[in-house]
Amino acid sequence: MTAAVIEETPLPSGTSRRWVQRLWKNRNGKTGLVVLFVLVVAALAAAFGLLPYDPLEAHQKDALTGPSAEYLFGTDQFGRDVLSRLATGVLASLRIALLSVLMATLVGGLAGVAAGFFGGWVDRVAGRLADVVFAFPAILLALAIITALGRGWLITSVAIAVVYTPIFFRVARGPVLSVREADFVKAGRVLGYGSLRLLLKHVLPNVAAPIIIQIALALSWAILTESTLSFLGLGTQPPDPSLGLMVNEGRTLFTQAWWLLVMPSSAIVLAVVGLNLLGDGVRDVLDPRRRG
Amino acid sequence: MKRSANPAPTPAEGGRAVTTATEPVSSPARKRPRLSRRYLLRRLADVVVTLFGVAVSAFVLLRLLPGDEVTGRLGVEAGNLTPAQLESVRAYYGLDQPLPMQFLSWMGSVFQGNFGVSVTTGEPVSTLLANALPVTVELALLSTLIGVGLGVPLGVLAAAKSNGPGDAAAQTFSLLGLGIPNFVLASGIIAFLSAQFGYFPSAAEYVGITDSPLVNLQQQMYPALVLGFALAATVMRTTRSAFLEQSAQDFVRTARGKGLSNSRVRWRHVLHNASIPIVTITGIQLGYLLGGTIVVEQVFGLPGLGRLVLTGIQQREYAVVQSVVLVIAAMFVLVNLCVDLLYARIDPRVQLS
Repeated sequence: MTAAVIEETPLPSGTSRRWVQRLWKNRNGKTGLVVLFVLVVAALAAAFGLLPYDPLEAHQKDALTGPSAEYLFGTDQFGRDVLSRLATGVLASLRIALLSVLMATLVGGLAGVAAGFFGGWVDRVAGRLADVVFAFPAILLALAIITALGRGWLITSVAIAVVYTPIFFRVARGPVLSVREADFVKAGRVLGYGSLRLLLKHVLPNVAAPIIIQIALALSWAILTESTLSFLGLGTQPPDPSLGLMVNEGRTLFTQAWWLLVMPSSAIVLAVVGLNLLGDGVRDVLDPRRRG
Repeated sequence: MKRSANPAPTPAEGGRAVTTATEPVSSPARKRPRLSRRYLLRRLADVVVTLFGVAVSAFVLLRLLPGDEVTGRLGVEAGNLTPAQLESVRAYYGLDQPLPMQFLSWMGSVFQGNFGVSVTTGEPVSTLLANALPVTVELALLSTLIGVGLGVPLGVLAAAKSNGPGDAAAQTFSLLGLGIPNFVLASGIIAFLSAQFGYFPSAAEYVGITDSPLVNLQQQMYPALVLGFALAATVMRTTRSAFLEQSAQDFVRTARGKGLSNSRVRWRHVLHNASIPIVTITGIQLGYLLGGTIVVEQVFGLPGLGRLVLTGIQQREYAVVQSVVLVIAAMFVLVNLCVDLLYARIDPRVQLS
């Protein structure tokens, strides 16, 4: 360990408004915030029943009609409104993404901070566990968990959370290793602070930035993984709408109804790209090395 | 870090500085191998421990399933078998043994090259693996070829004219490559091909590369493009930033100063020094690639490992799923080991010990 001087530079706390302002001034951050806003509006509309149609209601005589004033994004083979189904699918995706990232952050982040701070056998065991989870390709692991535990949005969230937990573990552990040796932590020890107080009040705020950056990026991956699982028929089950399932149905009907493939595909790409940009923007704002 | 070579315990950083000062890299007197046997053994031990963990978790996960492969296949709930018959079938497949015994006997036979028997088709799992493995390996190699072949030049060009219109185009490309999920791109390509040319990539029977290389390549091309596109985006990003970082180094000024052409400096000197992060990210991405093959093989109807494991999961074929998971994880872990060993070849300054 080199004797690098690490100063106590916690997150810009208490200035959350300025934080969002800086994000808004960042080009990536702005695009990401706009996309997030659109997604949240769509999800809220679905949650509070403000959609033009019931997403499950079939209008047989209007089956497979293209985008029009009546049905903005067209209808599917049963005459169900694609826009309403998309918004409901976004709600399902966001719910799973938020819950899974929350679980992964709590479990992986806390385990990583603890492993880095205490070291020793805790660190070795947790690190080896993370390696094992890492050795599975993400989709394969999620598939295996869903097959074992059953289907449903809660289990999908757990499956995605397990996949991303080791990432949060590593992201949290790394910076703790250097902060642990910093002068302000040693000073705290000399002052007789307990481990818990040091960990929560002095170490955690100083390693929060990489974790927050990771949260933004993980949201984008979680949406990607969720839609992949439902595309494979292992996520949200029909007739409930989900983005991945809509793509799978749309591709067989592409020659008759292009909008059935194009609309959900665009929604997924928009969500994944947008949240990815949000992650980049958050990194630009939070990472001191990138601050111009 | 090179603990083994230093007789006196010196701090790692200081020790390295002293050695490089007294012992130039090109010195013929240098006897210490860059890759110590001890390092290799330790890494191999890590690989074994990780793979053992993978085997245990694959085994335990599948045992959480309600029902087993016999009930899954023969449908006892429907009353096809009497309890006595069920017991004898279970005993035949060893499913009546306690779990640790099942695990040990599975591991034991794996080491003898016996991966068990598929309950659905009665074929040995080793045959299924032998048929599926080449398909996936070919797909992964083609995708890596496309990803690196597209990503590295694009990244170099983007960095060479950074902040220009070409750079912006390359950045958009990488954003889309990261943002378009495999299954969306695959569905889009299939929809386009079938609508425009009446060509259905997933309709035909798969042809092996030894039977007809041309037909085989045609079948592998589109799935490889899908996976390669995503890889190219990541490789491009990494190449661009590594390239920009290296371009600011002194050796670049020296190379220019001695009169080398721009393109020679760029493609030989800078790229060589920027290659470590590129190799790293390609290795890491191979894990995603192996996961991606599950989706892409399913969509394009390629009979590879991904499809094998997906149908295995649906039909509760323990032996099949366990074996494929083990094979995929082994490939992943070994690739990462190879990547680490590659460092020492690319960069003579790297000491693995």
